[in-house]
Amino acid sequence: MTAAASHIPAPAEKPPVASVGFIGWMRENLFSSWSNALLTVLIVWLLFKTIPPLVGWLFINAYGFDTSSRVCIADRSGACWAFVGEKFRFILYGTFPYDEHWRPLTTVLIFVGLLAASCSRRFWRPWFAGVWIVGLLAVGVLMWGGVFGLSRVENALWGGLPLTIMLSVVGLAVAFPLSVLLALGRRSNMPAIKAICVGYIELIRGVPLVSLLFMSSVMFPLFLPEGFTVDKLLRAQVAFILFAAAYQAEAIRGGLQAIPKGQYEAADALGLSYWQKMGKIILPQALTISIPPLVNTFIAFFKDTSLVIIIGLFDLLGTAKAALTDPNWRGFFLEAYLFIGLIYWFFCYSMSKYSQWLERSLHRGHAR
Amino acid sequence: MQTAARRLPEGNEIIRCIGVNKWYGEFHVLRNIDLNVARGERIVICGPSGSGKSTLIRCINRLEEHQKGHIVVDGIELTGNLKNIELVRRDVGMVFQHFNLFPHLTVLENCTLAPIWVRRQPKAEAEATAMKFLERVQIANQAKKYPGQLSGGQQQRVAIARSLCMNPKIMLFDEPTSALDPEMVKEVLDVMIGLADSGMTMLVVTHEMGFAKSVADRVIFMDRGEIVEQNTPQEFFTNPQSERTRLFLSQILSH
Repeated sequence: MTAAASHIPAPAEKPPVASVGFIGWMRENLFSSWSNALLTVLIVWLLFKTIPPLVGWLFINAYGFDTSSRVCIADRSGACWAFVGEKFRFILYGTFPYDEHWRPLTTVLIFVGLLAASCSRRFWRPWFAGVWIVGLLAVGVLMWGGVFGLSRVENALWGGLPLTIMLSVVGLAVAFPLSVLLALGRRSNMPAIKAICVGYIELIRGVPLVSLLFMSSVMFPLFLPEGFTVDKLLRAQVAFILFAAAYQAEAIRGGLQAIPKGQYEAADALGLSYWQKMGKIILPQALTISIPPLVNTFIAFFKDTSLVIIIGLFDLLGTAKAALTDPNWRGFFLEAYLFIGLIYWFFCYSMSKYSQWLERSLHRGHAR
Repeated sequence: MQTAARRLPEGNEIIRCIGVNKWYGEFHVLRNIDLNVARGERIVICGPSGSGKSTLIRCINRLEEHQKGHIVVDGIELTGNLKNIELVRRDVGMVFQHFNLFPHLTVLENCTLAPIWVRRQPKAEAEATAMKFLERVQIANQAKKYPGQLSGGQQQRVAIARSLCMNPKIMLFDEPTSALDPEMVKEVLDVMIGLADSGMTMLVVTHEMGFAKSVADRVIFMDRGEIVEQNTPQEFFTNPQSERTRLFLSQILSH
């Protein structure tokens, strides 16, 4: 044996009982000081006071989907899911003709399918834009009808979930390229372009979305020549696009500012043109950085579509409110709002989860 | 070892700077710079920080704009004309202090991007050229990695290969070893010496005086925006003409 090998390592010992396992975890996280112990006790008491009644209202005392409204109104100790059972088709599809509800349903499914497929990087190919165009055409045919033996449905009758999804998906999709141009323009060396972009962004960000929607629905038609009208839904859609573009532009500008000057110089030194430099070097990095603030605006805009109610369009929130005006089903606010809240939450949470996954997958392999 | 005062063909200038002046606001950073560089010449530019040496070579590919005087690179004068600037840039390679590799692209993609998009080379051809140059800087086995996974010395060698893939006529080096850990300086200098041996026209801003002695045809000393002295390395280091040069050399060579 050599001298170096004569050292005998000390045997590993087990940690003290009080620092591991369930007891150790409790000591560490719940009772580490007297104030934390007090808070723990307080919170447990509050949970004890609130959760049983909530479960009772939601499930135990609740009436099922096929109870009659009279039973529900007589006993309000539990939720009346019969309201949702009675009204869910109206809430989801609005005033779309009842017998044709499979059309807005298919529309929603097409959108969800396209969005889900777009999440996979396998489909980030030019040909997939063609799939989107076909999908949007199918949606147009389904909603408007008037061809292939489908009855014609004016878009004043559209409402509910398809309207919410259409306004947000089309709005965000069109606003995105516009916002990239605005963000680049705001950082341009050319004074005129810079001034236009700064002016646009600051003007739009400076007014509430509500006022923009009002202007598009009330003021804009006044400037049009006699006998010439633009569809109300289209005007709302344009207002959304203009508004979303300004906000997204600022999110992207934040990403652009985070790119070191050396990246611009290296691209310049290689002789890349402005658009090559931006398209190949700067934007791929800037947009990756911008994902959290961009998704923030996506989620905010998905929910902001509910503001179209003020110009007489019935999105998901609007149809829920309209459903509550039925004299036979008065007063079931909680049930209605919980139901649509769940739908909004599903979409927003999906976006949030996807963005987290996307960030990780884009950062993989080239951690700075 | 290089013999001093290599004979270069006369009247074959690839870079001509005539009375170049530049200001940053009120600060006069370049003052009446006259500099001619022959094809194949290797120039080392040194001087204290703030002397304008980086600014000078950055004017040669128009990363900085000069406000007075003329700069002509391979027959093209640098003016506001964007077309000319792009033409000059594709023939002038540049290596930066902080490498400036593109972190979202692999080593190979870093090297093929400009040949494909600026030179319009087919992808396969660009990749073959890139692998040849990565081989030459001895980093071909890392081609599929991202820059963030490489050491500083490796990144700088990739940066050199990236520039060479554009088949440049001139290479500019802006303090290429200043941001490196000491044990990585040699691997980068070795690549630069190899490049010098291949006959490339090189302008190198550096504090590596050993490199200057062994490789340069001419050493230029700048201070406060002026070219104070220029000479062969042998004369420059053994027999400096001006007091400022002597002071500078005593400061950097004293230990």
